[in-house]
Formats: sequence, C-alpha cells, structure tokens
Amino acid sequence: MAELLYQHAEPEAVLSGTHFMDGNHAACEGAIAAGCRFAAGYPITPSTEIVERFAERAPHVGAMFIQMEDEIASSICLQGAVWGGLKAMTVTSGPGFSLMMEHTGYAAMTETPCVFVDVQRAGPSTGLPTLPAQGDMLQCRFGSHGDYEAIALCPSSVQECFDFMIEAFNLAEAYRVPVFFMMDECVGHMTEKLVIPDAREISVLGRRFTKKPPEEFLPYAPGEDLVPEMVKAGDGYRFHVTGLTHDERGYPSTTLATQRQLVVRLIEKIQRNAPKIWKWEERNLQGAEVAVISYGISARVALKAIELAKQDGIQAGLFRLITVWPFPGQRIQELATRVRAIVVPELNLRGQVANEVERAVQGRCPVVPVGHPGGGVHDPQDIFHAIKEALS
Amino acid sequence: MNSNDSTECTLPLNPVVPFLRTERMPHIWCPGCGIGTTVNCFARAVMDCGIPLDELAIVSGIGCTGRVAGYLKLDSFHTTHGRAIPFATGLKLSNPKLHVVVYSGDGDLAGIGGNHFIHAARRNLDLTVILVNNFTYAMTGGQATPTAPKESIETTAPYGVFEEPFNLPHLAASSGAVYVARWTAYHVVQTKKAILEALQKKGFSFVEILAPCPTIYLRRNRLGGAVEELKYYKEHCVIQNGADTKDVGIDLRHQDKVTIGKFLDIEKKEYYDAYQEHYAGLLKGGKQAVAGA
Amino acid sequence: MQRKRRFEGVVMITQERCKGCTVCVEFCPVHVLSMSDAFNQKGYHFPELKDPEKCSGCDLCGMYCPDFAIYAFKREMKEAS
Repeated sequence: MAELLYQHAEPEAVLSGTHFMDGNHAACEGAIAAGCRFAAGYPITPSTEIVERFAERAPHVGAMFIQMEDEIASSICLQGAVWGGLKAMTVTSGPGFSLMMEHTGYAAMTETPCVFVDVQRAGPSTGLPTLPAQGDMLQCRFGSHGDYEAIALCPSSVQECFDFMIEAFNLAEAYRVPVFFMMDECVGHMTEKLVIPDAREISVLGRRFTKKPPEEFLPYAPGEDLVPEMVKAGDGYRFHVTGLTHDERGYPSTTLATQRQLVVRLIEKIQRNAPKIWKWEERNLQGAEVAVISYGISARVALKAIELAKQDGIQAGLFRLITVWPFPGQRIQELATRVRAIVVPELNLRGQVANEVERAVQGRCPVVPVGHPGGGVHDPQDIFHAIKEALS
Repeated sequence: MNSNDSTECTLPLNPVVPFLRTERMPHIWCPGCGIGTTVNCFARAVMDCGIPLDELAIVSGIGCTGRVAGYLKLDSFHTTHGRAIPFATGLKLSNPKLHVVVYSGDGDLAGIGGNHFIHAARRNLDLTVILVNNFTYAMTGGQATPTAPKESIETTAPYGVFEEPFNLPHLAASSGAVYVARWTAYHVVQTKKAILEALQKKGFSFVEILAPCPTIYLRRNRLGGAVEELKYYKEHCVIQNGADTKDVGIDLRHQDKVTIGKFLDIEKKEYYDAYQEHYAGLLKGGKQAVAGA
Repeated sequence: MQRKRRFEGVVMITQERCKGCTVCVEFCPVHVLSMSDAFNQKGYHFPELKDPEKCSGCDLCGMYCPDFAIYAFKREMKEAS
C-alpha cells in the first residue's frame, strides 16, 4: 500500500498573509495552495470568479487554465490532466453541474482523484443565477447513475473556502474519488477576513504513486484501505483505464463477480474510512435541548436563531456539517439521544440533508426541516419558530 | 504454416503484436469489420514513426471503434461517449511529452462529440485524431450517425435517412486542423502513411478512414460483406490529394466517386507552443507555464 | 534471362484468431491464399496457403486482416544450387 506522503505547500504559490477577500477567490487560492495545477472551466454565475482568478494566477505558479467549450468538456478534461500527472479541478454552478454528472460517475468508476467545485445557485433550470441555494446536495451524492460514493464538503466562511479546499484536494488523493466542494452563492460572494498561513504550515497530500515495476503492477488492485495505487501516462506502465466494469488489471469484464467486487469496493472505501473523513463543528451543544443541524451559509444564519432562542429561554446548539457526504450519521444519532429535538434549516424545499438526518436519528427525537426555495437566506425568525415548534 | 505469437523460433512477429493486449484476443469486432484493419495501419505507422511506446497514449470514446484503446498495449483511456477529445486535451496539456492519439468512431467524434471536435481543431491542439467512419452506431445496433448516407437504412431511420451527412474533412479543415486526410480500409498502405504523417505533424491532425461494418450497416442495406465493400472503395474512390475539402462530401452510392486523399497539410502554431509563447513574458525565471508532470 | 529472386515470402497464420472474413484471400495481389475447408475452434474457416512459392512477403494480408490472424514477411532465399 502506498503510504500517504504529506508535503508542505509550494511557498511560491501561497499568498501568505492577511487578506480581505471573497469566498470564490479564497477557494481558488486554496486550490493553488493544495497543488492544483490544472483547471478546466466554463463561465457560469456565481462561480466564475474562481476560474477568473485561476486564469490570472496560473502563469505565475506553473499552472494551466483552459476555458473549455462546455461543462461536459471541462469535467472530463480535468480527468485527462489528472492521468497526465497533475492535480486538477473544475468549477461550476447548477446548470453546469447538471451537465457534469456523467463525468462525476466516470471519476468515481475510474478512481480519478479530482475536485468539482459547485457554487450553488437557486434552481431548477436557470433559476436565479445570482442568488444562493443549497439544492444540489443530493445531486452531488446521487447525480450520476449507478452506485458509488463520493465526498462532499461545505464551507461556510471565506476562511473555510481556503482551508477546506486544501482538505478537498487531500481527500481526493487519499481516497481516489471525486470530491465535491459545495459552496453557495453567499459563501462565494461574501468578503471577509482571510488568513493564509505560511506554506510550511499547509499540509498537501501527494499522489499515491506506486513503487512497483510495471510487470508487477495491477492498476485496480486495492491496498488495505481499499484504495489502489496510481500511475500516470508516460511512465511505462502502459495501463488501461475504462468506465466499463473492470477487473484488477483494469480490463473490462461483464461478470457479476467483477461488478460486485468493484462497486462494493468503491462504496466501502469511503464508508469504511468515513470516520477519518468526517469533519463537523459543534457549538453550544452541551446541555442543549435543541440541536440545529446545518451547513454552508445556513449554518451562519442559524446562529442568529440560536441567539433568539436563548433570549427566549431555550438552550439550542449548532451542529454544523462540514463533511456532508459521507454523512456523519453515527454522530448525529448520538446527538439525537441527548437533545429533545433537531431542527435542520437548509436552502432547499425537499429536505435534502434533513431527510438524511431523519434517517440517522431513526425516531429518537423529532426532526424539523426548515425549507427555503433559495434565492435568499432564511429569516432567522423562521428557524427560531421551528426551534420553538420542535419543542412543543 | 501456422504460428502462435509466442513462437519460439526467430521468425519475426506479426508487427501489430507488440501493440496488442494479446491476452484480450480475440476482440469483440465482427468478422470483416474494418476497425482491426485500421489498427494494423496504426501499428505499422507508429513503428515507422519511432515514437517510444511508453510516450504514446491513446484515448477512445464509446462504440465499436471506442474499443480500440482497450486492445492496444499503450497508456490507454476508454472514456465516455463523445468525450475522448476533451479528455485527450487535459492529458496532452498536463504531460506535453506524450503523443496523444484519439481513436474513435463517426458517431462518437462527429455526433455526440462534435462540439469538442471543432473546438480542439480551432485550438490546434497537438492531437492525432483517427476517425473510423462506418456510417452507423454499430455497437448499439445500427442507428443513424451524422455521416449516414442519404437513403441508407438504419434502425432509427427505417424508411431511409433523409438528413444531410457531415463532410468531416471539411469540418476539420474549416475548424482549424493542420492535417486532413481521408482513406479507406481498402487503401491500407496510404492509410498507414497518413497516420504516420499525422503522428509526425504538430497540431490537430485528422485522418478519416471509411471502413466496412458487415454485420450492421452493410447487411441492413443489402450491400454485401466486407469484401464487397472494400471492392466498392477500390472501384469508386478517386484519389485527389489537395482537393478542396468543401468538394469532398460523401453521398455514398449516389455519386460516381468518393474523393479520398490528403486534403490538407499546413503549418500553424500549435496550442501548447502558442500558450508558452503568449505567457513567456509573465513567467518568472524561464519557468514553464505548465510544470508538466 | 529471368532475374533470380533473392527473397521469398513467408505467411504466418494464427488459425484460432481468424473469423473467416476472406479479405486476405480476396486481396492478396498474387493469390497465394484460399479458404480452408477445416474449421477453427470458433467454427470459422480460415485461410491456408495454396501457392506458397508465389508469396512475395508484401504483408498486405497482414495489413488487411481485421483479426490480427495473418501476416507475411520477406526472408532471404537459401542457395538452391
């Protein structure tokens, strides 16, 4: 099994210091710090600033940006770059994200480590291009056909756009999966303080290249953590990569046994390693009667509602999801035994994450979703009322 | 005389064998399918070209020709339907020392992947694009492709195709390709030479190869088998090197001749070089725009 | 006086790979091949040599064969006299 080799970020590429920056630009800086040296993209509001900045920064950090003809092309072009040996990302929003779905599945099937950034806007269809939503949370999880597991992270501040973008690239390399960086228009466009640390304080995970000679190497033979070692084109391995169901040699196979072995492993490699992947933030949950579970911009709005609840004599705390997929159901189940109710505000109407919370809670306490059609953020009063209602 | 590939005596091997994943033979292509013939031409072209096999990568899309990548013992990528070119774009730009060949069919490259085809040609990316044109979506049972000849019978055109077919060399040339040729599975020597020239050419080079699909296209259109189709190419193809690509559209079996040959071979700055040059002033200390891998 | 041939052609056939399309037989410029009456394991007839001396080793059969089942090469002739 190839060991996980962390290095420092490349000092020349890291803009260490204190900045006043928006989330999209911070996400771009995070990607560059993480070692992303290739981005393919197509303009789409509200994500475009990320690739605009990347295009500007690329020549100075030995990176390349290419504006492709559409999102379908972008989402496969970056995977070509990954197999050529670089770290790569693509950036989009709702409509473009929908176009990319086939290739999120290709990345999962071929175990291509890469990052898809989705700055979520209100939908469906063209919807509200300039306004926020959190309506792609199930799409990033289930958007491509068939069974697979991916990782999705939700930043809720400019600082986190930088910090967790690095984490996104590291997770992609560690588990060889597409990682979805699920921002929202608010987080992308809000400007606040960003501290970029010294490059020596940034840990960047290198690719898990094999040390085996070509004659001993099997491209899809997993290691102990169920992740296979990787190679790149041009190194003499003369390997095959296909989106077809494939055996350990990477060759297509139509047997049930191969399908089972491969697809089960694609799921297990994330599920089994989930405790190492999970990240969340807990605030004021000690002794809380109500837990508010949220993510992204909604989690920040929820803080105001928690304050209103406190003024009303209700102890409420925040459980903020950072890793949404794989879902930290285990921790939420524990939480459900300690609180009287759970409230889940999010910027979609169908409880995309609330349903998952409910599934984890299994009736241990009431779960109250607080939906929103997108196009704005919640009124904290609405969340506050939901907290009160949950207790009654 | 019979032999295996692993013959122990010192006889020369079949020249295509060093390129094949022989453990995957026999391949899935039907008897008489022209795709294997084009692979023979490709293998011989690569040998003559002298590109080290470790520096040659092949990218295919989906379909019968899409299976070429899986049979060639190279760094090979069997991508999604129509997306071989954008994948190859990322591969080439991230690792410029690679020779990247896109090998796919008419439905894949000109149908679902048509947009990528014209944009890669426009950018003049250094790719060798080999398009095997069998006038049908054969893997899915014979639906009409954008090259399907008028009045031909396809499963999705049971009363005959009435749409205009693509003139692919003209599409490539007018989009910005620097090398454009069309040959057939009958013209194996010329096909090999064209692939060789395309491999050596810096920039977007395009070779269309007309090839028989006996099981699907020829059978459904009652045109005989592979031998009959190759004879048709022999009798009806007219070599016209340097022909204006706007005049080389194919209306198979409604025109007396099918124009084949090397239509275009020009010099133009290739994408990666142009990128380097464009950003040269910005780069600190002679650093390359892309570190490469 | 006829010039003496210095090279002879040699044809190699991998019977089990053949799918019997007959393209090699049809397009051999000197008609060296014919289809055998025998079957391979998959049930296809495969080509056989009917006139081996005529082979020039041009390898056109090898370039045509869609199944990589046949090829030819030139070999220096052994001194006959």
